[in-house]
Amino acid sequence: MELRKQEERNISPGVPDEWFVRKVQNQSEAEAVVRPSLSYWKDSWYRLLKNKLAMSGMAFLVLLALFAIFGPIISPHSVETQKLTLQNLPPSSEFWFGTDDLGRDVFTRTAYGARISLFVGLVAALIDFIIGVVYGGISGYKGGKTDNLMMRFVEILYGLPYLLVVILVMVVIGPGLTTIILALSITGWVGMARIVRGQVLQIKNYEFVLASKTFGTKTARIIRKNLLPNTMGPIIVQMTLTIPSAIFAEAFLSFIGLGIQAPHASWGVMANDGLSTILSGYWWRLFFPTLFISLTMFAFNVLGDGLQDALDPKLRR
Amino acid sequence: MNTYFIKRFIAMIITLWLIITGTFFLMHSVPGSPFNEERTTNEAIQKNLEAYYHLDEPLLVQYGNYLTALLHLDLGPSIKKSSQTVNEMLGRGFPVSFELGFYTLILAVISGITLGIIAALRHNGVIDYLSMSIAVLGISIPNFVMATFLIEQLAVNFPIFPVATWTSPKHMVLPTLALATGPMAIIARLTRTSMLEVLTQDYIRTAKAKGLSPVKIVFKHALRNALLPVVTVLGSLAASILTGTFVIEKIFAIPGMGKYFVDSINNRDFPVIMGTTVFYSAILILMLFLVDLAYGVLDPRIKLHKKEAK
Amino acid sequence: MEKILQVKDLQVSFSTYGGEVKAVRGVSFDLHKGETLAIVGESGCGKSVTSQSIMRLIPDPPGRITYGEILFNNMDLIKLKEPELRKIRGAKISMIFQDPMTALNPTLTIGEQIMEGIMEHEKITRAEAKKAAVEMLQLVGIPSPEARLKQYPHQFSGGMRQRIVIAMALVCSPDVLIADEPTTALDVTIQAQILELFRDIQKKTGVSIILITHDLGVVAQVADRVAVMYAGKIVEIGSRREIFYRPQHPYTMGLLQSVPRLDIEKAELVPIPGTPPDLFSPPIGCAFAARCKYSMEVCERVYPVQSSLSNNHHVDCWLQDERAKKLVSTFV
Repeated sequence: MELRKQEERNISPGVPDEWFVRKVQNQSEAEAVVRPSLSYWKDSWYRLLKNKLAMSGMAFLVLLALFAIFGPIISPHSVETQKLTLQNLPPSSEFWFGTDDLGRDVFTRTAYGARISLFVGLVAALIDFIIGVVYGGISGYKGGKTDNLMMRFVEILYGLPYLLVVILVMVVIGPGLTTIILALSITGWVGMARIVRGQVLQIKNYEFVLASKTFGTKTARIIRKNLLPNTMGPIIVQMTLTIPSAIFAEAFLSFIGLGIQAPHASWGVMANDGLSTILSGYWWRLFFPTLFISLTMFAFNVLGDGLQDALDPKLRR
Repeated sequence: MNTYFIKRFIAMIITLWLIITGTFFLMHSVPGSPFNEERTTNEAIQKNLEAYYHLDEPLLVQYGNYLTALLHLDLGPSIKKSSQTVNEMLGRGFPVSFELGFYTLILAVISGITLGIIAALRHNGVIDYLSMSIAVLGISIPNFVMATFLIEQLAVNFPIFPVATWTSPKHMVLPTLALATGPMAIIARLTRTSMLEVLTQDYIRTAKAKGLSPVKIVFKHALRNALLPVVTVLGSLAASILTGTFVIEKIFAIPGMGKYFVDSINNRDFPVIMGTTVFYSAILILMLFLVDLAYGVLDPRIKLHKKEAK
Repeated sequence: MEKILQVKDLQVSFSTYGGEVKAVRGVSFDLHKGETLAIVGESGCGKSVTSQSIMRLIPDPPGRITYGEILFNNMDLIKLKEPELRKIRGAKISMIFQDPMTALNPTLTIGEQIMEGIMEHEKITRAEAKKAAVEMLQLVGIPSPEARLKQYPHQFSGGMRQRIVIAMALVCSPDVLIADEPTTALDVTIQAQILELFRDIQKKTGVSIILITHDLGVVAQVADRVAVMYAGKIVEIGSRREIFYRPQHPYTMGLLQSVPRLDIEKAELVPIPGTPPDLFSPPIGCAFAARCKYSMEVCERVYPVQSSLSNNHHVDCWLQDERAKKLVSTFV
């Protein structure tokens, strides 16, 4: 600095002299980080709230659940009572969704269908979750040969077309609600197991987990504090997407006559019954069940998409 | 490189064998004989029938016989339609189902990829939202609902296409459309996500820095990498299309394999159920194998990765 | 010396969820023919954004050049349309990115990736392009180039890949080469080889290089001039000698004290306390004031006037004002 020869005077005009006093250093001020830190779940929740499509999907599902629970109760008609005098009546104040060819109330039957669909979807997702998390978790956490063997088995199951398996089980045990759920669960958990294993494998080697290991943190605590919060996101998304595929499977099977059997009401059974009405003009018999299947699947899909966007830490800054 | 594919091939054979074995014992664990449920056949006739179909022999012998027959590509006779063999049924049904499935797959792949690319390139634009809304709808509407909707609109209200059967190209439009919507939507979404991901990669920035045109960047550098995840789902998509043919064939009264299969299930015609399952599984496993092959061709890293993984 | 590139008061902003981030807040510098200018600074100081702005490769949205000029051969790159820009990218100005593992397309052979650049810009046959690619690979020191043209990126090591990336950038013999942290992802021994390669290439081709780095060791090896960036501004610029032996800005001093030196006995490593400011709402005065040992009231109130210590050496710091208490430098 002393080497510098200053020939011209270096004074900026307009800046008062008293500003040139050195300040006392305030270390903590310099260290302060200014950015509001939101917890992962809160942050995700806010992002989900902002997603209008996902929120309307959620709203529809809440309404659907209410409809499934209370629909059959508030309706004056029963599900299976046949009144041949009241065949194929169009929607009216008496029969809100009309009646079918046996004089049964379509509204009540649709509500019952909602019960079955939601039940199948939720139970299948729950079973998938339990088996998948346990299997995938063990496989990923143990690693090595155990992992290799367990994943071989998963690969084989993954290669099976799941509807074929479902149909085979149906043939052996006979059709019905429990069969559908059982059959769906045989292959359904495989996707979940793969996701959980992948996540566990990935996170296991993250430096923050290694760091907590070196501090001597107990395995259970690592799982609870580190692994679970980080794997929950993809798991929730997978569950939300399992539900519509289970609902679809039930409707599909019932539609081709391998699922819920008549006279029980399921959207698939009703759609199959209503198929013939395309030509006869009793549109309500086909319209309501198919509308509800599609809307429900749609709602679950957009909610799943919304959750995926909201929970994906990659999008977080 | 060949060791990898040989390994895959052996794994494929093992999977198929497991499926055959599983199906066989599952079918034979069903209580009761297929002959005693309906018509009151007397016991002597029943014995004769069981002897004719070798159902009186020990299970393992039956299993051995079945495997031997399979090696000769013989799926056995039908129990309910005694004049027919399973091979004959498949021979009649499969070409039709294959045609339906093939057209569907082609339509779904081409339109899905196109839609996905357009959506990705117009990310967050009107076209993106529009095509992704269509895609979510496509995923949400079950194929049998789609089928009834198409019939109602394009065959009854506006009689442009015939309602049913599979006799001319015009007959094929509605079933193919109905079956293709779902897979198309899945492919479109996947292509879009993967394209968006690829477009943020460093090598795309490198390509831009070279002064390449957007067209070259998209088709030469991005598309091939973006299609890799799409290729991986083709196998399971083919599976869902295949099972989807059951319901579409039923709705459109198409004389394909699905019809025989559903009939055989309702009739408890075990040889037909078993034969069809084995046949379907073989096709699907073959599809998965082909997808693997395609992946190996598309991605030069694949051989190395597999070696490293071992 | 002839100026090949002039950046004048460049300002770049990114719009994000949290608001607008002013990543580059008025950067000016010249690049002379045949020289290497290093831009140094901590991560997030805007050095990469500056370099990508020259290529107009800032992803838009969210990024946007809000003000300034980038003159290349008296042509303002900011005013050019995409098709015109494409004629410059890769042909006149090339860029090398940090990570050679991801900068190459995994599904194309390296030959294809080198050749496509030259075939885009020059009317030549494939055979000629191939010849050029082989020559280029020879230049960057890849043995048996003809055979290796047919290989894929995953068949090369990191250092080799960076050589390929350099070959790709040089194949059209550009006037300017921008290298964004070209050695950061490499092993130290490989780093030295790559830097050697840069010097060698510059001697052979006369290309001007802008080297973006946070590593003063790299700067010391290859730079002719050095620009020090902090919070979106160049706070000091000068020749390598001037920056290393006569640093004027406390930030530059801090940077130099935070790297080990072999030439001074008992030199202590002194980290700079604190973190860079939030660029959502950059400070009105000197951005470094909050971390600066010598900060005065004026530093927080008014952005410093630029002082020139020589034709090359400029610094934005109030300590240059005569009224400020002079520093007793701990430097040589």
